[in-house]
Amino acid sequence: MIKLTISKRFPPGPGSAAFHLSLELEAQAGVTALYGPSGAGKTLTLDSIAGFFTPDTGRILLDDRILFDAGSGVNLPPRQRGCGYVFQNYALFPHMTLRGNLAFAACALPRLERHRRIAEQLDRFKLTEMAGRYPHELSGGQKQRGSIARALMASPRIVLLDEPGRGLDAVLRADLYALIHELKSAFQVPVLLVTHDPEECFMLADRILVYDAGRIIHSGSPSELLRNPGTAAVARLLGGFSIHEAEVIALDPARQTSRLRFLNDEISGPHLRGVFKGDRVTLCTRPEELIVHTAPGDNRIRGVLRRFVERPQFIRAEFDNGLSVDIPREIRRSLEDAAAKTGWWIEVPPSSLRQLSRNVSAAE
Amino acid sequence: MPIDWFPLWLSLEVAALATLISLLLGIWLAWLLANKKFRGREVLDAAATLPLALPPTVLGYYLLVVIGRASWIGHAWERLTGSPLVFTWRAAVIASTLHAIPLLLKSSRAALENVDRTYEKAARSLGASEWRLFWRVSIPLARRPIAAATALAFARSMGDFGATLMIAGDIPGRTQTAAIAIYDAVESGNTMVARVLVIVISIVTAGIVYLSNRLEQRRA
Repeated sequence: MIKLTISKRFPPGPGSAAFHLSLELEAQAGVTALYGPSGAGKTLTLDSIAGFFTPDTGRILLDDRILFDAGSGVNLPPRQRGCGYVFQNYALFPHMTLRGNLAFAACALPRLERHRRIAEQLDRFKLTEMAGRYPHELSGGQKQRGSIARALMASPRIVLLDEPGRGLDAVLRADLYALIHELKSAFQVPVLLVTHDPEECFMLADRILVYDAGRIIHSGSPSELLRNPGTAAVARLLGGFSIHEAEVIALDPARQTSRLRFLNDEISGPHLRGVFKGDRVTLCTRPEELIVHTAPGDNRIRGVLRRFVERPQFIRAEFDNGLSVDIPREIRRSLEDAAAKTGWWIEVPPSSLRQLSRNVSAAE
Repeated sequence: MPIDWFPLWLSLEVAALATLISLLLGIWLAWLLANKKFRGREVLDAAATLPLALPPTVLGYYLLVVIGRASWIGHAWERLTGSPLVFTWRAAVIASTLHAIPLLLKSSRAALENVDRTYEKAARSLGASEWRLFWRVSIPLARRPIAAATALAFARSMGDFGATLMIAGDIPGRTQTAAIAIYDAVESGNTMVARVLVIVISIVTAGIVYLSNRLEQRRA
């Protein structure tokens, strides 16, 4: 388990604004994704755990060891921290063979044990045949596996992955995801995964920490985050949400419902927290929870179809009012034919409307 | 007239020894300058570069002051070994070393600073000590430019004239290096000896420069 509370102020430099990193996180065994835009402090988090950068204040605990404590002046050097760091560009030593790279990481082990471990690791990562090759003779996927294999050689207590999927094509990416899943079950250690790919987050992570401007603004499991992104900022970062303003016309606390003026129509909404009649609220919807019709009805809003976007598993219909709806590919033709006469109607079930808080930091 | 090859051998020996010493000193200084932050860092760099810029006779004069028989270093040496340090082949090695260090220091520092920091981070996170990181990662990754600079430093120390003359003198068969022998031969009208030495030295130096360029290019 890793527990970290740190802060660091970076003064403004030439070409960079002042930056304040202030983090508090805790991660158990399993994959924790550090998600957010570039420059939000994700890689800095990894670097502070690995010991490549010293925070101004705070402490970092890995299992029962103190890696860093500003108060008592403890700051272990990187080599004593037991972190398996997988770098963005793999960082396999170019002047050593793959076997040499693994051996470099196992220098603390006695000779026989070392040979056994290297052979084992090469086999586990399907690299035995490439053991004698230099990094420039390996493919992208092999380098990727090699760098993960190397990072795991010394049985680290935490694995830090810095954008491992970057620059890989779809096939290699799928291999990587399979590898990370396998890694997760084989090693019972926390895996911190830096990414700015939402798909990677939802595919791999048990828990997601959403970063913005040096802070963690939201956290939760993938399904929790989809159910409740909390703030417009998080919804925007995660992508896929449509965000809208609405006006509260009526509230019915007894039935846990509300009436809303939403996209110039009046519809039923869910129970809303902390609002009064006449307030404006920010709501978001997800395209897989809305339904397209070709006739008016309950909670249906008229829309003008802007375009269809092909997705691997479905087709996304985008409307001029900002709503998007996912529909099965098979029904597109019949819907289009019917809508040519009647127009499009989008059903917004009350449960699909999620209230977003206006604060930057989300209430958990 | 038979040619005396002693000056040529002496030059090669002096240059080899001087290159070895300046390689060790130069890389150590380069590592210090590339990795450690301390006061006077740039002053140290400038001081170590000075021999490249100073007139060789000026450098020779300083050396006479520092290791001459009257100086405490010269005195201590004489007490220890029973013979003076100046006007021996050892003094020629010292003069050549000082000439070679700036070349090695400059190139090695640039080469070490050019090593991708990610490799150093990787080595540290894999549990490597600073010593292991230096010998197993930094130096191998910077080896080509360092080797190229070593070749040039060898050529440079083989050709030293002024400082060597000032501090090692011109004693035939003892401290007369090739560069000094050529001067002597021309002075005394021994054109043939001068020509042969000039041609041999030119060929050796051209070979070294070629080697150095090859090393430099294969880095890419």
